[in-house]
Amino acid sequence: MPQYSLMINEQEHQVDVAANTPVLWVLRDHLKMVGTKYGCGIGQCGACTIHLNGNAVRSCSLPVSAIANASMKITTIEGLSETGDHPVQKAWVEVDVPQCGYCQAGQIMSAAALLNRNATPSEDEIKNAMSGNLCRCGTYTRINKAVALAATKK
Amino acid sequence: MALIKTKHNRRSFLKVSAAGGAGLLLQFSWFSGLAQSDAQPEDIAFDLNAYIRINGNGTVTIFSPNPEIGQNVKTSMPLIVAEELDVAWDQVTVEQAPLDTKKFSRQIAGGSQSIRAGWDGLRMAGATARYLFLNAAAKLWNIPAEDLVTEEGMVKHLPTNKTIAYKELIDEASKIEIPEEVPLKAPKDFKLIGTAVKNVDGVKIATGKPLFGLDYMEEGAAIAMLIHAPAFGMKLKSFDATEAKAMPGIKDVFTVDTSLQNPSWADVNAFNELIVVVGESTWQVMQAKKAVQAEWETEATAESTATHLEQFASVFSKGKGEVARQDGDPDAAFANADTVIERTYFGSFLAHNTLEPMNFFADVKADSARLIGPIQTPEALRGSAAAMLNIPGDNIHVDMTRMGGGFGRRLYGNFGLEAAAISQKIGAPVKLIYTREDDMTQGTYRPSYTLKYKAALDANKNLTAFEVQGSGIPSSPVFADRYPAGTLANYRAENFGIDTNISTGAWRAPRSNFTAGAEQSFIDEVAEAAGKDPIDFRLELFDNAIANPVGERNDYDAERYAGVLKLVREKSNWGTEIDGVYRGVSAYYCHNSYVAQVIDLVMDDRGNPVVQKVWCAVDCGIVVNKEGALNQIEGGIVDGLGHAMYSQLTFKDGAPEQQNFDRYRLIRNNEAPLEIEVFFAENEIAPTGLGEPGLPPVAGALASALYKATSKRYYRQPYMILEQETAILG
Ligand code: FES
Ligand code: FES
Repeated sequence: MPQYSLMINEQEHQVDVAANTPVLWVLRDHLKMVGTKYGCGIGQCGACTIHLNGNAVRSCSLPVSAIANASMKITTIEGLSETGDHPVQKAWVEVDVPQCGYCQAGQIMSAAALLNRNATPSEDEIKNAMSGNLCRCGTYTRINKAVALAATKK
Repeated sequence: MALIKTKHNRRSFLKVSAAGGAGLLLQFSWFSGLAQSDAQPEDIAFDLNAYIRINGNGTVTIFSPNPEIGQNVKTSMPLIVAEELDVAWDQVTVEQAPLDTKKFSRQIAGGSQSIRAGWDGLRMAGATARYLFLNAAAKLWNIPAEDLVTEEGMVKHLPTNKTIAYKELIDEASKIEIPEEVPLKAPKDFKLIGTAVKNVDGVKIATGKPLFGLDYMEEGAAIAMLIHAPAFGMKLKSFDATEAKAMPGIKDVFTVDTSLQNPSWADVNAFNELIVVVGESTWQVMQAKKAVQAEWETEATAESTATHLEQFASVFSKGKGEVARQDGDPDAAFANADTVIERTYFGSFLAHNTLEPMNFFADVKADSARLIGPIQTPEALRGSAAAMLNIPGDNIHVDMTRMGGGFGRRLYGNFGLEAAAISQKIGAPVKLIYTREDDMTQGTYRPSYTLKYKAALDANKNLTAFEVQGSGIPSSPVFADRYPAGTLANYRAENFGIDTNISTGAWRAPRSNFTAGAEQSFIDEVAEAAGKDPIDFRLELFDNAIANPVGERNDYDAERYAGVLKLVREKSNWGTEIDGVYRGVSAYYCHNSYVAQVIDLVMDDRGNPVVQKVWCAVDCGIVVNKEGALNQIEGGIVDGLGHAMYSQLTFKDGAPEQQNFDRYRLIRNNEAPLEIEVFFAENEIAPTGLGEPGLPPVAGALASALYKATSKRYYRQPYMILEQETAILG
């Protein structure tokens, strides 16, 4: 199996996996970073959202071979901040967004990516940017509140 | 002062024991010796032998007994203990207790019953500990206990302001006999209950800590996945795994059978005979699954939605149903009616779609086992595993992880049994993982339903008879003793079943999740025919039930029911018309709580309905945790709207036509209401749960608002399905 060198959360990791292995499973199975979740495997639910050079991507649909390049920098929920104090994470706790909590790492990563490219999103922009992330528990109204709150703190 | 029985009438004392680890902790548990020898009285939901740990630094660890599926009991149950114990919430850490039927009872997440069933016992546990500390200080200081108070984990002598921390009193407290009764706080003295407390796992969730079943893994454990028959009604004929076994990382491919001789209600499973692929990593196993060549054969009818609809269309005209309740003479009342309104409603099968797919960890040894994962019914799982593995239940340890949603799916622990069967077969620890497709196709689905309502109005537009006929695949969703039963003289409820080989089960607010929407839409239509405001019409019926209830089995309190309607009427300014805003109202009672909702709907420029605001009034008695309660109601509303609008599971030749979120539609952020405002009735009634009651009524309010906006009545859930699909039911 090919060896890949990956930049994840500002650290280099070596993995030995098939080229088509999705980054999601490299993170979860091989690097034991399980904050990134599996929900559908087909890019529909957003539970597996990570950042690739600051943009939100679905790690279930991203083969490891596509990011094995020093210019490809991955950030996962574990690396979003050192102590959980990213404005989006703080807003999530402040607004008490989670119910079961399973979708929330993906929601937070989508929200953080949105604020990276648009520091002052409108209500519609928030809703649209967050619509790729499913939440069966129905926390959407709180998600939107938390994103708006985080935007004021950035 | 209210007193509560400690359920102990013999000499019993706290048991103090040192905790493992640094030795800084002092752990004491209640009666851990006693419970083993004494049978527990059945009416105790949560006995004192649940344990609290007082830590060396003065903080308190409270163990949360019930499984956490997102209903927030891991926060709200310990909050009740902390209130009566009288400790500050920031001194408390919470840990999930393992399954332990000797210390706890009803360790189940289901039916919105955790808070209701736990309330007395949780309070008693906290109050008893507080009593012991208070009296320990009294003894130590030689001061009458009446002169002492407790506050934030300390006993205080008010006249002198002398204080002593609970942790200093453990030794003394263990020498005090536990009384038969201890005093409880009066609700007006609550410091924690009724406040807004954040989810105890909030920070861990926001930072991606491994909390969930899918995150639980042990070094050296294998990964397993299943292949089941592609359709209900089929079974395995043969399979060839030569190619799969040769793939990298694959250890073995074999079959298991999880059939039980005496299955319990929690053992519903779509397929018991399964092909298992075991390997080193998830992706490798997923690939190998596709390489297994399996042949399946038909053993029973391959059902389809088209035939289900035909069955529903004729079910009420064929044969007699089971009359679940009859008051007065409905047939005569219908015959004499001025107007008879008759409408039929339909609801699709639904999958649970917890965002975390089914999974479980199992490590089965020759005569013991550890089962760890997301399960709403750990005790039932242990029992079934014991029977299947032929290992005594006492030797099976079950740990509950946080669950990425439950909604009823994890009441049925087939995935736990499967993991155990696989581990036993390979003689090693294993982690079983379902793909989303596995999860959606090996379900215990919300049954498909149909309801036919009939109402009679006399010449004065009074409701004189009401009939509901219900059918479901496999069983009817009718609650015979619920509203409007009890509000009028002539009433009948009738059930008709239809056999199926599709596996079904409880789904968030079972039966209510469909019945509420249908019933409340129908009531709206009847109110319109009677020329009355829909809230006034409902309230008039409640007035009858308050003044003169018909029948003895009505399972709701008409005053509280009417109360939430009045509350939502007032808060939403019902009756004021705003141009372009369409309103619908609904009220429903289930799982012991009362909920009324008003929906404000607008149409966007493309003609799509947008729910602008949901107004919601709730009577669940005392609100334990305001924040958690709001979250449950908001979530129930969004979930209920989503399923009423968009979600369905249809079948073709025995196979679900939706197998992942590309075809199974769940509500998304941009379809959710812009605003939800919730109002709680204020009273001192013992609290009831909120995991389910927020969901059912919303489908009714939505249908009525849609009617206002489109002049069309909505009889078929999901409301937003393509027109051609509705052809058969019409
Ligand atoms: S798991 Fe990647 S989008 Fe669902
Ligand atoms: S919080 Fe449960 S799926 Fe979003």
